[in-house]
Amino acid sequence: MIAEAGLAALWLAAALALLQLVLAFAGLKGGKPELLGAVRPAAVAQGALTAVAFALLITLFLRSDMSVLLVATNSHSMKPWLYKFAGTWGNHEGSMLLWVTVMGVAGAAVALFERALRRDTHMATLGAQAAISLGFYAFLLFSSNPFARIDPPPPDGQGLNPLLQDPGLAFHPPTLYLGYVGLSVAFSFAVGALLTRTVEAAFARAMRPWVLAAWVLLTLGITAGSYWAYYELGWGGWWFWDPVENASLMPWLAATALLHSVTVLATRDGLRAWTIMLAVVAFSMSMVGTFLVRSGILTSVHAFAVDPERGSFILALLAIYIGGALALFGWRIGSVREGAPFELVSRETLLVVNNLLLSVILGVVLIGTLYPLMTEAFGHKVSVGAPYFDRIAGPIALALMIALAAGPLTRWRRDRAGAVAKRLLVPAAIGITASALLAVLAWGRIGVLPFLGLVIAVAVGAASVAPLWKRKLWRTPLFTWGMVIAHLGCAVSVAGMASDSAFTTEKLVAARPGDRIHTAGWTLHFVNIRPIAGDNWTALQADMQVDRGGAPVLMRPQSRFFASPPTTTSEAALLTCWNGQLYVVLGEEVEGGRWQLRIWWKPFVTLIWLGGVMIALGGALALLGRERRGWLLKWRARKAVA
Amino acid sequence: MKPFLALLLAILATPLAAQTALPPAPWADRQIPDARQEREAKALMETIRCLTCQSQSIADSNASMAGDMRSQIRERIMAGERPDAIRSWLIARYGDWVSYEPTAAPILWPLWAAPLLLLSLGLLLLRGRIKRRRRQ
Repeated sequence: MIAEAGLAALWLAAALALLQLVLAFAGLKGGKPELLGAVRPAAVAQGALTAVAFALLITLFLRSDMSVLLVATNSHSMKPWLYKFAGTWGNHEGSMLLWVTVMGVAGAAVALFERALRRDTHMATLGAQAAISLGFYAFLLFSSNPFARIDPPPPDGQGLNPLLQDPGLAFHPPTLYLGYVGLSVAFSFAVGALLTRTVEAAFARAMRPWVLAAWVLLTLGITAGSYWAYYELGWGGWWFWDPVENASLMPWLAATALLHSVTVLATRDGLRAWTIMLAVVAFSMSMVGTFLVRSGILTSVHAFAVDPERGSFILALLAIYIGGALALFGWRIGSVREGAPFELVSRETLLVVNNLLLSVILGVVLIGTLYPLMTEAFGHKVSVGAPYFDRIAGPIALALMIALAAGPLTRWRRDRAGAVAKRLLVPAAIGITASALLAVLAWGRIGVLPFLGLVIAVAVGAASVAPLWKRKLWRTPLFTWGMVIAHLGCAVSVAGMASDSAFTTEKLVAARPGDRIHTAGWTLHFVNIRPIAGDNWTALQADMQVDRGGAPVLMRPQSRFFASPPTTTSEAALLTCWNGQLYVVLGEEVEGGRWQLRIWWKPFVTLIWLGGVMIALGGALALLGRERRGWLLKWRARKAVA
Repeated sequence: MKPFLALLLAILATPLAAQTALPPAPWADRQIPDARQEREAKALMETIRCLTCQSQSIADSNASMAGDMRSQIRERIMAGERPDAIRSWLIARYGDWVSYEPTAAPILWPLWAAPLLLLSLGLLLLRGRIKRRRRQ
């Protein structure tokens, strides 16, 4: 019954989305404004129904109901409950239901909490949100039904890919999807504002918190995914330029640009058309990413089920929504007046430079990801990977960092170049000192890009805290703190990336129990190797006593064997110190009772993810600061009336 | 019936024979003693695609074929071959697809031109948004 109830909830939600669209359209264009009163309730009910459908699918997974096809093909009764739970979205249908749920719940949130937007724009936004949802309901119900039954039910399921059986699965996909699909709200806002011709500063102030929220979650989701890949795949890499990683990076780049341009629109009423364009592009990139992953036209570790029919379905949705939004943009943008041009030396200009560079990186990532497909059409198979992206996106990202240092230290409207240079004097001096030190310490051992990365990270780190200089810290607004922390996070993250690529020490050895291995100042004493068993796996575990002069610490890398489906995975052991991470992987047995070990010492590698978390924290603080200011104003206004 | 089934099973199992425990390639997970050569080999491995995996380089893949290719690269580097020559040899053998480093083939010119085009287009747009001092 649960599966049928879930399917019914989905159909109902789809019907409500249709109703929501029709009501909004009839209310705004059909001359029946009394219908608009029902739009918000419809959106809330639709969101609630998607949440119910999703909760029911989770229940089916937790109960290991093997009469449901999706459970039977992706779960197993012997799995720990956490992976039954998280396994709900570790497959194509479940992840698409999560997508639709996030979209429905985001729409409900816009209906419930959005108060700043003009009413007609609000209604048009909800109508647009319903229109996008409809396509994805159709996709789910007609080609990816998660609730389909199987008769007769198999005695047990086929299990979940062991690489996914990690706590990371419980956190990374939902957070990522909240951000990824949360950008649909920005898309709907843009469509709504185009329809009602209200692209202006007040609109930007209403849209900003939604963009911020989606961006914070997207940042967290990408950071979590990167760390997960780092410790789970067992090769010490943290970013592979895999098509799916690119698919999550592209909306992030667009959302980051959007976040900054929406601030220009909110503060200076400039960049109107560009902001709308970015809002459309950001969610379009989310959809392009989904298409690339789900159609299986690009090989990726994330491609669960390759099915050309599904690919064409999503391609059709893409064409309708992106094409529709761009057509609307082209039709209406002529009536959107741009504000006055900017002074050359002003914060606006630097924010435009930020947007320009982010867009170029976005373009490079998009072209690089799609290029192999295009050449394949001409019968020529090529690969575009890390060497291309690093070489092109790396330098642009470093240029972006310099704009990031200067932006907050430059005034709105107009500033003097000399004054800006003076404010950048101390950070520049710190950067020059850092480069001299680094040149002395690591000359010849470090590549150009990591060298520049470290130097720029240090200088930008100093510049990003400079806006707090000589300010009363407790009187500084929360959103200024947010900006400072997020910018500092960028510097921290870049420092981690550069340090990892410049200073990592790799050691590959075949060792016997009893051996001592020396690398990068560490001594690893390989004590013994023994079999152990978990819930649904058996493993060989190496016990290693590790020290660098102090008390030894125990590290236990494992090689795990899962029976269903039969797979071997390596569970790396990580030792986190203040100045880096020691990373040990147990490989296979080689000749003569020796075991293959891979050992890395990665100085300051953790800064990569610490920076990511700081960026998200900064966004959260900015969101809180802006919202709190709104609450305070409202409260004061109410008190004044009383 | 039984012998027939056994035969069928044996036939179905032939793919297994292909992956019997051959000794792993000697230099798959063993570093070249010379640190400079090892760095060269490693840098090359990071740009060579593992052909049996899904978008991974051979430097970070568990696949046995990736191990064989790592071993090949280390042996050739030790024999004094240049990384570029090894890459060309791999490309001649497996096609352009094997190299993550896009070559300078004409079909890839647009890929290299794209960033420059995007950047100049952006700068052109930017120029229109900046106030010119003299007009004031």
